[in-house]
Amino acid sequence: MSTVLKSNTQEARTGSLGSTAAAKRGLGTKLRGLNIPGGLGGWIWLAIIILPVYYVVITSLKTQAGYFGQNPLAIPTEPTLENYQLVLEADFAQYFMNSAIVTLGSVIPTVLISFMASFAIVRGAGRFLKLVNGMFLMGLAIPLQATIIPIYLMIIRLNLYDSLLALMLPSIAFAIPLTVLILSNFIRDVPNELFESMRLDGCSEWQTMWRLALPLTRPAIVTVAIYNGLHVWNGFLLPLVLTQSPSLRVLPLGLWTFQGEFSVNIPAVLASVVLSTLPILVLYVVGRRQLLAGLTAGFSK
Amino acid sequence: MSNAVSTAPGPSVGVRNSKQTEQRKAALAWLTIPALFFFLVFAVIPLAGVLILSFTSWDGIGAIGAAGLDNWFSVLADPGLYNALGLTFLIMIVSWLVQTPISLLLGVFTAGSQRYRAVLAVLYFLPLLLSSAAVAIAFKALLDPNFGLATGLGLPFLAQDWLGVPQLALGLVIFVIAWQFVPFHTLIYQGGVRQIPKSLYEAAQIDGAGTIKQFFHITLPQLKYTIITSSTLMVVGSLTYFDLIFVLTGGGPGNSTRILALDMYLRGFRANLMGPASVIAVILVIIGLALALFLQRLGGKDKQGSQLEGL
Repeated sequence: MSTVLKSNTQEARTGSLGSTAAAKRGLGTKLRGLNIPGGLGGWIWLAIIILPVYYVVITSLKTQAGYFGQNPLAIPTEPTLENYQLVLEADFAQYFMNSAIVTLGSVIPTVLISFMASFAIVRGAGRFLKLVNGMFLMGLAIPLQATIIPIYLMIIRLNLYDSLLALMLPSIAFAIPLTVLILSNFIRDVPNELFESMRLDGCSEWQTMWRLALPLTRPAIVTVAIYNGLHVWNGFLLPLVLTQSPSLRVLPLGLWTFQGEFSVNIPAVLASVVLSTLPILVLYVVGRRQLLAGLTAGFSK
Repeated sequence: MSNAVSTAPGPSVGVRNSKQTEQRKAALAWLTIPALFFFLVFAVIPLAGVLILSFTSWDGIGAIGAAGLDNWFSVLADPGLYNALGLTFLIMIVSWLVQTPISLLLGVFTAGSQRYRAVLAVLYFLPLLLSSAAVAIAFKALLDPNFGLATGLGLPFLAQDWLGVPQLALGLVIFVIAWQFVPFHTLIYQGGVRQIPKSLYEAAQIDGAGTIKQFFHITLPQLKYTIITSSTLMVVGSLTYFDLIFVLTGGGPGNSTRILALDMYLRGFRANLMGPASVIAVILVIIGLALALFLQRLGGKDKQGSQLEGL
């Protein structure tokens, strides 16, 4: 898999030079004919996507009576925020903080150390760097789940069981391969002349890395930060296995336990679903272009 | 390959200091140390650890004892393993068959440049923002026979005991997986389609090829490697649909949705049998690597060549 991904992204990079132009030129001629069935299918799929989202949002605004009495897809006659109030009073803020700490505590180190490694892999040379790069690429094929038992054992032995740090360390490790892959592909796009002129100006590699490569790779850094952030924010298995205390619950785990506690109050459960998604939605709205562009370059041929 | 670009000596690098340059480049290796440390300690060592643990007995709390091949014999003789294996492959194959055509067609469709398609593409992405736990909880509420979609849409056939009947639960799991992941693959295909040179379609049009012909003779062949990338992510990713199934069905009813990853969790962390659970984990790794290698082989060695063709 690693090689597949590698070569594909390399193609993506070569392709990406012309990709915006290609997108602008468009495929209008070809797609015009597909419009009717394509449009129909597109709208049907949109309905499949939107209907559950719509249901969750409106139900979260209903009173218990409204939930039992109204048509499930009808707009609430007496919209209420009391479900949200209930959720916010039930430790939601604590879960939110835990998620935020774990996400930032994983994403920032991941991006920093992966950026340094990517810079070395692209700008450096030698057997050691080749070996490291090969190992990271192989890492793309390691499923996190398969290693959860030894990770659990290690975390216990390190006396980190039931701590937020326990969630960050494996998250960082498993985010490194893809982050290095994407970042190194972007650093390779920086013209060699720029590096050479930095050197002629007397900058060390260390300075070149921070002053030239970092600003120029910022779009890619934002992309991988959002992508990794999404993964960690939504992660379920690590918190389930490595924490125990209610005060250390992250959002997905909080949702799950909440569902058990409030199973009779569906509007409240769905309010917690909406609340847990809001922050990531805000982030998405802010960084959407970046994320989509980055993911397209990162995964397509 | 880009190496041609990045390592080609620029005019300012003379031959005389090439040795110095080489040393300077090798010295950059230390920058990889922090990433390497994390990766070795929390990914590579656990990978080796799971193999070792498969030959031990451990209840998750007490001492770890040697077990030789006992775990392997007991797991391989357990019909539960074959049930989980069968389900894993079934979900993998059916998911691929369902998701690939949908995301391919949606990808081709949204690659067009009209504004409303861009809006559609934005909305398509929503499911990926939700955690699997949130998706599972939402669908549980949605499928309530009295207060969910069935009543809302007035479609009585939707009012089923989705989580109580094995076949229904399995179908539901496959549907919800598609709901969550088709958007991601649509995005991959969208990117792939946008990189197909327009000249190919112009030439086809001059030759009088219709839309459908163009789709099968240009779009599909040009997307070969995109299909392989997407399929690899889909197939290898399907080994890890743990969270969604855990929250949605918990593996039930009975063992009807107990896939390998879930089987491993339940054996290890619920039944406190870490040894047998490690055996399952090793099987999971082997299947994942085998699938990745198989799909890569499928990609063929002519990759670079055929990629250039037609450009």
